[in-house]
Amino acid sequence: MRKTTYIQAINEALREEMRRDESVFLIGEDVGHYGGLFRVTRNLLDEFGETRVIDTPISEQGFMGMAIGAAMVGMRPIVELMYMDFILVCADQVLNQGAKMHYMSGGLVKVPMVIRGQQGGGKRYGSQHSQCIDSLVAHFPGIKVVAPATPYDAKGLLISAIRDNNPVLYLEHKMLYFTRGELPDVGEEVIVPIGKADVKREGSDLTLVTFGYCLLQALEAAEELAEEHGIDIEVVDLRTIVPLDMETVLASVAKTGRLLAVHESQANCGIGGEIVARVYEEAPHLLQAPARRLGMAPVSIPVSQTLEEEILPWKRNIKAAVLEMWRQPVAA
Amino acid sequence: MSTSVEADVLSSQAASAIEPSHLPNETLTQMYRTMFLIRRVEESLLELAESGKIGGAMHTAIGHEGNAVGAAAALRREDYLTCTYRGHHHALARGMDPKQAIAEVLGRRDGFAKGKGGSMHFIQPELGLMGANGIVAAQVPHAAGMALAAKIRGEDRIAITFFGDGAMYQGVMHETFNMAQKWRLPIIFYCENNRYSEMTPISRTSSVRELYKFPQAYGMESLQIDGNDVEIVHAAVSQAAARARAGEGPTFIEGLTYRLAGHMAGDLETYRTPEEIDAQRAHEPLVVLQNRLLERGVDEKVLADIRAEVEEEVAAAVEFAQNSPWPDPAEAYTDVFAL
Ligand SMILES: Cc1ncc(C[n+]2csc(CCOP(=O)(O)OP(=O)(O)O)c2C)c(N)n1
Repeated sequence: MRKTTYIQAINEALREEMRRDESVFLIGEDVGHYGGLFRVTRNLLDEFGETRVIDTPISEQGFMGMAIGAAMVGMRPIVELMYMDFILVCADQVLNQGAKMHYMSGGLVKVPMVIRGQQGGGKRYGSQHSQCIDSLVAHFPGIKVVAPATPYDAKGLLISAIRDNNPVLYLEHKMLYFTRGELPDVGEEVIVPIGKADVKREGSDLTLVTFGYCLLQALEAAEELAEEHGIDIEVVDLRTIVPLDMETVLASVAKTGRLLAVHESQANCGIGGEIVARVYEEAPHLLQAPARRLGMAPVSIPVSQTLEEEILPWKRNIKAAVLEMWRQPVAA
Repeated sequence: MSTSVEADVLSSQAASAIEPSHLPNETLTQMYRTMFLIRRVEESLLELAESGKIGGAMHTAIGHEGNAVGAAAALRREDYLTCTYRGHHHALARGMDPKQAIAEVLGRRDGFAKGKGGSMHFIQPELGLMGANGIVAAQVPHAAGMALAAKIRGEDRIAITFFGDGAMYQGVMHETFNMAQKWRLPIIFYCENNRYSEMTPISRTSSVRELYKFPQAYGMESLQIDGNDVEIVHAAVSQAAARARAGEGPTFIEGLTYRLAGHMAGDLETYRTPEEIDAQRAHEPLVVLQNRLLERGVDEKVLADIRAEVEEEVAAAVEFAQNSPWPDPAEAYTDVFAL
């Protein structure tokens, strides 16, 4: 074991998979010679050359569509979107084309590809460079969505995403890039299956379901709530948003009787509402108090630090939401 | 403002001088058979649509056959093809079984996609047919990606993508032109210019009339040809394919053609006159080819026999498709994710 950054973990997964499988290639803006705006793809061009690490013009629809076409004939493209917000520029290709091709063809073609890049707030990039698109994309059938929070999960989930036979949206978070965590030595295989949540903190009083950067915020909030209020929170890291691992969520709620779903994409029509709804549909008897969700407020993301902190569902807001639940009467 | 397209825009007098292929009579006769098969399948589908048996939007390619059949004959089976929702002719030209085609349009179990794709999403990878598309121009980058795949793997394959004149105004088209030319991808961009996007002639919406001039701005080899003459189409696509295989990059071909039926089944066609359509019948692909065959000494009886044989085949295919069972409801839930 050693400690690496989140960026390093992704870079390693890319390199190892490109060595293992010649059909894997990278395509995107500044991914080659510069090594990615956030340096996630650095030094890959040196090893794999310009045929497999392709710098594109600023043509998101065009290169996303080309990646889909290449995947349809057996390649395994990895497309970097510089900011996840730009997925809206090529939404037709991602959601109307890549995600639907297998279904529309009655299973005749597969689209094995990864769309990756960073999303999220915290760096004051404002409304068009900070939003989280996990909930939006999760609404569309045919595309898997993963959002790892630790270097280990980042490496393991990227390897699974590359080997998956479907389009996989792999969401990084700009606040996670320089966080560090344990990773097995190079050469030891790290695989985290898609669709499997992970209990990152055991607890008995409340289940907090989250993913991505919110996980780190939730873990800090849990420590403080334990210390300050004696509330013992179980933190479930979804890791994968599509398909949802409801089994792990329900097992945790069975233990705690309370549920709070937290994510940085908007609460309105968000994945947290989906999780809450499914618990009510599938096992309402497990709940000792009303289940809740916390997401970003229904506003565009402002630039100012104080305004951004106000609306993001981070530690302060998570703690407030938990304490509010605590003041609710517990059902008999 | 006139409701019809001005006469000069409808001329099949093309800008590029190109020596037509002089194909052997047997080949041409075979092409005639395929073109007539496409025509009869499309007409039968229109009849089925009129009797209410086909839902949704169905776009036939009546009048476009020369483009599809000329191109198919110039390419190899392993070459990739993508096209628009108006794609029945490309599928049949590549060899799709009319039974599977019609069954799919009717939403039946024996359709090539088990009734999940329908008229706008023809696809059959084993024929190199990599997808018709319901979104104008979305299939264009797909073909470029297939060409890119062939290039990365060092294969001898090329890709061709078909689209209409209306697709020229989508941004993704120009994004793809630029990348394909810059990377010298083995691809042919084939525009079936039938002079209308849905109900609107491009003369009313475009600031550029000669579509083949757009790609020239990217430095691309670009031609305007008579898409109704199968031997001209064959020659242009053969040359473009040879260039692509030699690593010389993409070619754009604007095939001048005309849609003799409505944009889709049920089109009221208020935007053009019967006279305009009739004037085009003198130079439609089947007439051009039939006259050529007769000139070259093929007996009219041979052509009549072919037509009779095709009539039977299409009637049997319609019968087969109508008798094909509906898909099992459980089928709605499969193929969301690939294993
Ligand atoms: C993105 C998008 N916009 C609009 C439509 C509706 N539509 C379908 S066909 C068509 C006209 C396209 O004309 P053209 O490219 O000339 O092809 P043609 O139908 O004439 O073969 C339109 C506007 C669509 N399917 N996709």
